[in-house]
Amino acid sequence: MANSINTASISLNAIESMVIGRLKSGSKGFYALLLLAGLLVAVGAGAGVHAMIKGHENFYNVTREMPWGILISTYVFFVVTSTGLCLVSSIGHVFGVQDFMPIAKRSVFLSIATILSGFFVIAFEIKIPWRMAIYNVISPNITSNIWWMGTLYGVYLMFMFAEFVFLNLNIHKPAVICGFSGSIAGIAAHSNLGAVFGLLMGREFWHGPYMPIYFITSAMMTGCSVIILFHYLAFKVNKEEMDDKMKRSLEVTAKLGILLICVIAFFTIWKMVSGIAGEPGGKYEAVMALVNGQFAVNFWLFEVGMGMIFPLAMFYLSKGKNLSMMFLGAVSMIIGIFVMRFDLVTVGQSVPVYFELGVNEYKHLMSYTPSLYEGLITAAGFGMTMFLFLLGEKLFAGHKVEEHDGHH
Amino acid sequence: MFDKTKLDNLKNEGVENVPMKERRDFLKMGFVLTGIFAGGTIFSAVSRIDKVFASTEEFASKYPYKPHYSMVIHQDRCIDCERCVEACAATNSVPHEGYRTRILERDVPDAIGQKREFIPVLCNQCNLPQCTRVCPTKATYKNQQNGIVMMDITKCIGCLTCQEACPYNARYFNEQKKAVDKCNFCFDTRLSKGEKLTGCAAACPAKCRVFGDLSDQGSDVYKTVHQIEKSVWVLRPEAGTKPNVFYTKG
Repeated sequence: MANSINTASISLNAIESMVIGRLKSGSKGFYALLLLAGLLVAVGAGAGVHAMIKGHENFYNVTREMPWGILISTYVFFVVTSTGLCLVSSIGHVFGVQDFMPIAKRSVFLSIATILSGFFVIAFEIKIPWRMAIYNVISPNITSNIWWMGTLYGVYLMFMFAEFVFLNLNIHKPAVICGFSGSIAGIAAHSNLGAVFGLLMGREFWHGPYMPIYFITSAMMTGCSVIILFHYLAFKVNKEEMDDKMKRSLEVTAKLGILLICVIAFFTIWKMVSGIAGEPGGKYEAVMALVNGQFAVNFWLFEVGMGMIFPLAMFYLSKGKNLSMMFLGAVSMIIGIFVMRFDLVTVGQSVPVYFELGVNEYKHLMSYTPSLYEGLITAAGFGMTMFLFLLGEKLFAGHKVEEHDGHH
Repeated sequence: MFDKTKLDNLKNEGVENVPMKERRDFLKMGFVLTGIFAGGTIFSAVSRIDKVFASTEEFASKYPYKPHYSMVIHQDRCIDCERCVEACAATNSVPHEGYRTRILERDVPDAIGQKREFIPVLCNQCNLPQCTRVCPTKATYKNQQNGIVMMDITKCIGCLTCQEACPYNARYFNEQKKAVDKCNFCFDTRLSKGEKLTGCAAACPAKCRVFGDLSDQGSDVYKTVHQIEKSVWVLRPEAGTKPNVFYTKG
């Protein structure tokens, strides 16, 4: 009895000193970055709480006609990223493609970090979030895509947590089961998020079966970039060199990224064409605003240029081997995709519902600029991802994937 | 092979000799196929009930509300005095920053004759509402007795998806109530207390808003909606929500 207590306390001590040791192993730059990220989160949280207390209408620029703004698009950005990370990482350790194995642990960790960041941002957008915790459970509406998305993302998060734990304990069979279940939950949740927009018959820019499909593909494309970005950063943070297996892993991720950029480009072309041909009411005006109207810079420079063409060029020219080029392409794509989400949410609402009535009140497309508070909360979301990423690199000692024989 | 000579030999019976029923059928076909050009905007000019359902009985069995509250707006009678808006705000404690009903204004400088018209809009209490479909907590729901789309404000989480879903901009977030608010045909403030009319219908000096029971064949709303000689339409029929607020002129 006494022996086992001693053993237990030795283990706890050992764990504690290991954790402290790992956390203390960072450079000055690491701590500076960690502090900056922490500050971003704190400032954003402060802004969000202040807005919650004094009323969103005093601090956010959303209106009756445009109820969803950058907080929603940032949430979409983070859950898209999270789902993409989960799906790309599952190619490795769920479906057994060996080349994708080395990125698995970090990707699962990041999928948790990004979805927590997404939840952080949306908590300040939902006007009465505590009611959501209660009534989503006791008064569910199964025709509601919002309900399905929220519930399934809860299930997804649970599976991702469990998978991460099993991966770190090297218990592979449950890790695979959780990874697979997490992927299913992620796809179901994410396509429901697409359906939140796509099933709205009153908003032609969004309406159609396209949104859920586009969201999943777009998620995987984002996942590829985020994997490249964070693995590049991680090895800089840990001051290590990538081994050949990891380099090969990033090479195939970049190649997958190339394929997915082509698919998304194809999707985007037909989305635009279908909005122009025949000038469909409610959709045509929105698409033209993207092509040569108030959103043209967003679309051509950010979505197409930075989100698709430049990363495609970088990934291709790097041949999956030049890490700096891949990193640049990844950063560019992430910025482009952030603007893609913003445009999706904003452009979809820019055509007022009574536009075709031709009334004086709704003669023009709506415009929206985020407020300071909305910007601070958005930055805090990124801060949280950065904070968790940095902490995770130290706490989990670089998410090393151990060798194990054969296929599990 | 089409025999043209047979057609040439037919005698023109004269338009005045065409029976009433045939005229009606022809008009109906015309309305169904083409719609009416009205100052630059295309409306679908058929009574919504005839276009969607084969008969009144079929409509009533699918939407068996009793009373089936409904409104007919005589758009040409509206003079934008906004007494309806004020009465609504006063009756239902609508805050200054929001509105449950509004008068939209349309200017058509090239029109022959009248160059401006006013269009009152409010919640259409749709039969296939998008808002109740998307609400995650059933904070909004269609009352199964009278068809009014209601709010249970204790459950509203403020996600504003119902505002996105509504094709008619009928909803707004009420900061005092801490929930989304919308027109409910003054159910809690007037109808459930024995009043026969909504606040806006009672306040209108021009009898623009005619409020009544669509399941009562003697009511004005029923009679207006079930005739085909004058155009009756709904706003944004393409949104597919099957509104219960109808518009007409005359």
